[in-house]
Amino acid sequence: MDNKNSNLQAEIVRMSGVNPRKCMRCGKCSATCPAYDEMEYHPHQFVYMVENGELEPLMKSKSIYKCLTCFACVDRCPRGVEPAKLVEAVRLAVIRQQGKNHLKPEDIPPIVDEDLPQQAIVTAFRKYAK
Amino acid sequence: MKVSYFPGCTLKTHAKDLDTYARKCAEILGITLEEIEEWQCCGGAFTTAKNESATKLSSVRALKAAKDKGQALVTVCSACHNVIKQTNYTMATDAEVRMKVNNYMAPEEPYAGETQVYHYLELIRDVVGFDKVREKVVNPLKGQKIGAYYGCLLLRPNSVMKMDDPENPQIIEDLIRALGATPVVYPYRNECCGGYTVIEDPEFAGRKSKIITESAKGHGVDRLVTACPLCKYNLVKNGSEVPVVYFTELMAEALGVKEMA
Ligand code: SF4
Ligand code: SF4
Repeated sequence: MDNKNSNLQAEIVRMSGVNPRKCMRCGKCSATCPAYDEMEYHPHQFVYMVENGELEPLMKSKSIYKCLTCFACVDRCPRGVEPAKLVEAVRLAVIRQQGKNHLKPEDIPPIVDEDLPQQAIVTAFRKYAK
Repeated sequence: MKVSYFPGCTLKTHAKDLDTYARKCAEILGITLEEIEEWQCCGGAFTTAKNESATKLSSVRALKAAKDKGQALVTVCSACHNVIKQTNYTMATDAEVRMKVNNYMAPEEPYAGETQVYHYLELIRDVVGFDKVREKVVNPLKGQKIGAYYGCLLLRPNSVMKMDDPENPQIIEDLIRALGATPVVYPYRNECCGGYTVIEDPEFAGRKSKIITESAKGHGVDRLVTACPLCKYNLVKNGSEVPVVYFTELMAEALGVKEMA
């Protein structure tokens, strides 16, 4: 791992508060994840890939925008690893960069229908943009 | 009893029924919801990253406003509740976030998670009591089979939310029983509806919602109740054959305040 990558790895681990080494690779987080089918990398893979410093594939993956933040993996992990917090940290490492917002205000009008609650829009911006 | 109340942006617009009936039912049950002045949107989702503090400020302002009045803080929307409760927990347990937020807000006395936060359902269970609800029912919902849809935000993460058993919750079923109806327990009542991904990928959210409503229908549910405007939207938009209403609307029917709304 080069320096830049190991700094980023340390930053992702620090901001998530997750210790990937607690994981025993049981896969329960991925088995319970409602976004499993949409994800190229699944919650347990986030855990070991961050541990191994394989950050680039995660940062480029659409998986970071598919996590529903349902906290199922957090509550159902027998080791208290909290994989959702790593998914969030990787996503933040991407969208905090200049020009890397995943959702822009101009994307919104075409998808709004009259019943769509504000809650959906504010939440999507909180997840997808800085 | 008076409590501070955080309605949130959606309850002022698309989810007025959630708000109006919550206030009316609270009055019947001897609780006055005092809306916090100048509250700001909670942001819809709690950001778990330890180095995020700006996204926590609006919730801390609401929590601090309740503390200043010496009141508990009550929310009705599942999402507001989740964000505010998680923010409060972080302010109590994470010294770094607490310091950054207090440095920025510069209150006279630092805020450190002192406010008691209740979801409206918890207030009914823990402060009012389901027996009192039962006493106040004027139109028992006899013979109606009601399915509680919890979704994620009320229950998880359980270590912080501490509302109920996240895998086998009872709080809404107990309320349904107190209102004279029959609760129906069906699988998927605590699984995700697809949430905000409807903005980017409505088909994905649609698939998630469909599993839930079909499960409810298969178990003979007449109506589903929820505390979340986005859950309601996702379930209804994706063709739920079972009507979906807010739990406060169900309460208002049984407590006889619905027609006055
Ligand atoms: S459930 Fe927990 S221990 Fe099991 S693979 Fe996922 S993170 Fe690792
Ligand atoms: S929080 Fe995200 S990663 Fe975890 S189970 Fe839910 S959708 Fe999957």
